[in-house]
Amino acid sequence: MACFLVPTAEAIVTTVIAKTAKEEKKDYTHIDAETGEAVSEKPAKMSFVRKLKWLSNMLWGGAVLLCFEHLWHGEVVPFPPFLTAASDPADTAVMLHEMSTVGVCMAALITAVWVGMVIVSSVIENREEKEAPVASQEV
Amino acid sequence: MTLLITIFAAVVATLVWYTKPALRDLKVGVLCWMFWGASLMWMIDAVFEFSELGADYFAPAGADMINDGFLGFAVVALALVIWTVIVLVSDPRGTVKAAITKR
Repeated sequence: MACFLVPTAEAIVTTVIAKTAKEEKKDYTHIDAETGEAVSEKPAKMSFVRKLKWLSNMLWGGAVLLCFEHLWHGEVVPFPPFLTAASDPADTAVMLHEMSTVGVCMAALITAVWVGMVIVSSVIENREEKEAPVASQEV
Repeated sequence: MTLLITIFAAVVATLVWYTKPALRDLKVGVLCWMFWGASLMWMIDAVFEFSELGADYFAPAGADMINDGFLGFAVVALALVIWTVIVLVSDPRGTVKAAITKR
């Protein structure tokens, strides 16, 4: 009925956080000892804000396509009250129950998948960081 | 059917993103996020529906299957339209700008 509104709310929150959280702007340039030239090296690790955008992208993408599905089924209409279930109190109760069960589970699953992605990417980044000095010593 | 079609679309988009680095600047990743997000959400929908209907969930009526399949393809088409608009607006290769400024 309106289960997609829960992931949409989470998408709004994550987007606001990602927009307001300023990425640390550090100067990664240093003078190379051999050539004497300024060299800029970005860190291998991805910022958390960028990873947060994965979550908001997935939530927005899913919410848009699910909104279309609800339009298809006539559960969402482009005029007030926008949700057909909102016009009848009995339907509203069913809608709220669906939002609190199906909607919350949708948001929770997407967040859980995102947490898994963040953990995997962190493991890869840490492995890369450990291997990098060894590789440079070999050369 | 909608869930199945969206999952297939998500897998294809992800494989394209993985195997064609040249297409990554065309924001194929947007399609991956959209299809995977929708697939996960519909998966939850399917689990709840299965808990209500039981084995009947896997034996839908013919008309429902056609409608769901039609919806699935419409969802894929909508996602492709959104992606096309994003590519044209962001214009990562400067093609739109070149076409407009070309005399």
